[in-house]
Amino acid sequence: MSELSGVGSSPGPVPPAPISPGSSATGTPAGRDKGWTAALRGRLDGRLPLEEVLPTRQPAFVGSWVYVFGVVTIAALVWVLVSGCVLAFMGSAWWHTSDLGHFFNSIHFWSVQMFFIFLVLHLWGQYWGAGWRDGRAKTWMVGVVLFLVSIVTAFTGYLIQQNFDSQWIAVNAKDAINATGLGGFFNVLNFGQMYGIHVMLFPIALTLLVVLHIVQVRSRGVVRPIGDPYIPDAGQSTSTGASR
Amino acid sequence: MSARRPKIDKADYYRGIRMTPYDLVKEIAIATVGILVVVLILSAVLSSPDVPSATIQAWAKSDPVDFVTTAASEMAGQSDVAQYGPPYTSGNGSVQSLGPIEPQVWAGVHVAVNAPLDFVLQPLSQATVGDQTLASALTTFNDASATQQAKWLTAYNQALGSAKLVSSEVTVPSGDYGPVPVLMSRLLTLARSGGLDALLLTSEHFYQTDYSKPLLFLSDGGYFPGLAQAQELTGSQWGMMNETGRYPGQAWLWLFTLWYQVPAIASASNADLLVVVVMTILSLGLLLVPFIPGVRDIPRWIPVHKLIWRQHYRNMQRMTK
Repeated sequence: MSELSGVGSSPGPVPPAPISPGSSATGTPAGRDKGWTAALRGRLDGRLPLEEVLPTRQPAFVGSWVYVFGVVTIAALVWVLVSGCVLAFMGSAWWHTSDLGHFFNSIHFWSVQMFFIFLVLHLWGQYWGAGWRDGRAKTWMVGVVLFLVSIVTAFTGYLIQQNFDSQWIAVNAKDAINATGLGGFFNVLNFGQMYGIHVMLFPIALTLLVVLHIVQVRSRGVVRPIGDPYIPDAGQSTSTGASR
Repeated sequence: MSARRPKIDKADYYRGIRMTPYDLVKEIAIATVGILVVVLILSAVLSSPDVPSATIQAWAKSDPVDFVTTAASEMAGQSDVAQYGPPYTSGNGSVQSLGPIEPQVWAGVHVAVNAPLDFVLQPLSQATVGDQTLASALTTFNDASATQQAKWLTAYNQALGSAKLVSSEVTVPSGDYGPVPVLMSRLLTLARSGGLDALLLTSEHFYQTDYSKPLLFLSDGGYFPGLAQAQELTGSQWGMMNETGRYPGQAWLWLFTLWYQVPAIASASNADLLVVVVMTILSLGLLLVPFIPGVRDIPRWIPVHKLIWRQHYRNMQRMTK
């Protein structure tokens, strides 16, 4: 199996960290708690201890510029959501009649552009680094779904601008969507439907997917460089890099 | 039953890799502030596009012949929308299929549009108050047989080929058009007043957010695509990937739009369905890259990774020596 395969060479999921000895808040030994809640807590605690969520040390190769793109993509998404919340709160007509509203629309617009620029750079960076190796195929797949959902989200945003662009895009896009049989259920000419989807459903889906993607990345850590593979049974370092 | 895959921990996974201090929160904070600064500068300097919506009122005022021609074709059931097919009508004018695969037909009509009624007769019937001539014309038309209506409309539509604008009225050579010229004249007046924009939006509900009917009516004329042509937004101009003005638009749709520039696809009667199928296959391919031999090996064959991890490989070489 190729080194770049996301399946065969997978070392499997990261094991749960040992639950630290001691007692829970109820005085019951933590390791003996039973039930769904305890199982979920144990699973979360094992897969994603705080040390992994907020790491203070990383492999030295993470110093490469390519790792910046993912973080900047999230930073742009933050401003997409913040400016979007302001626009949603003030109402759909506000930005057409107010200079301040138009400025917030511009912030939303350029945040989206930044988001896509860095999202695509992140995607290419992960492709050329074969970021799916060593059991990270699901991380790649969630990232691709995020990319596709982002495109549909931006598309619905263009549809609800209430200007000539939204009219023209809706009229043109309808034929492709109608051809799939979905036009009666996802009616791009229906402003109300597209508005609800854009300001509510897709942002929630995007945010959840981003959280899932980050959890995946943090729980496994970044993949080793190509040509410096992880060898499970090696008794010593596979890398000629300096020790920790 | 296959054995469970062996588990590793990160300490083992990064064995032999030098670990360095890392401040995630600081990195996120700097990135967030940095992006905000860039976005604020772009917003202040370049703003964002907002070309006002096209309206039926503006259409009727600037190109009344096109407006009346479109309205007459709606009445005759000859417009694109009148013959579209699902999800608007039961026709098949714009139905796309791939061999026996006809998802558009299978889905059926869900946004029902009756072009003569919705775009012409219904709005006119709501404007008859105080206009006895219009009320009489409507009655004459509605009481006529379908054959008679078709004769009037066919003759009128043919005559519109030589229509002229005289004193703001669309006039055609004399002929037997029944009440159709009166109906068209009143519809033009209604549209010029802005009333038709509102009447196409109304339904039995007080609140309205569905612009399907006014947009479909606009799209049937020549005025609306003409505005798009001027803004370089038509299909042959990379279509909806662009937007008004010198703005980047939905650049991420470039691959979707690209297929419409391929003559073999652009000229196909099922072009939209073909593009959707191609893009679905490509999207699935992107999703499944880790599992596709060859595609997943390209990063090893073309060593872009040598740039990505340049320092790491230098360190490896140095330690080997």
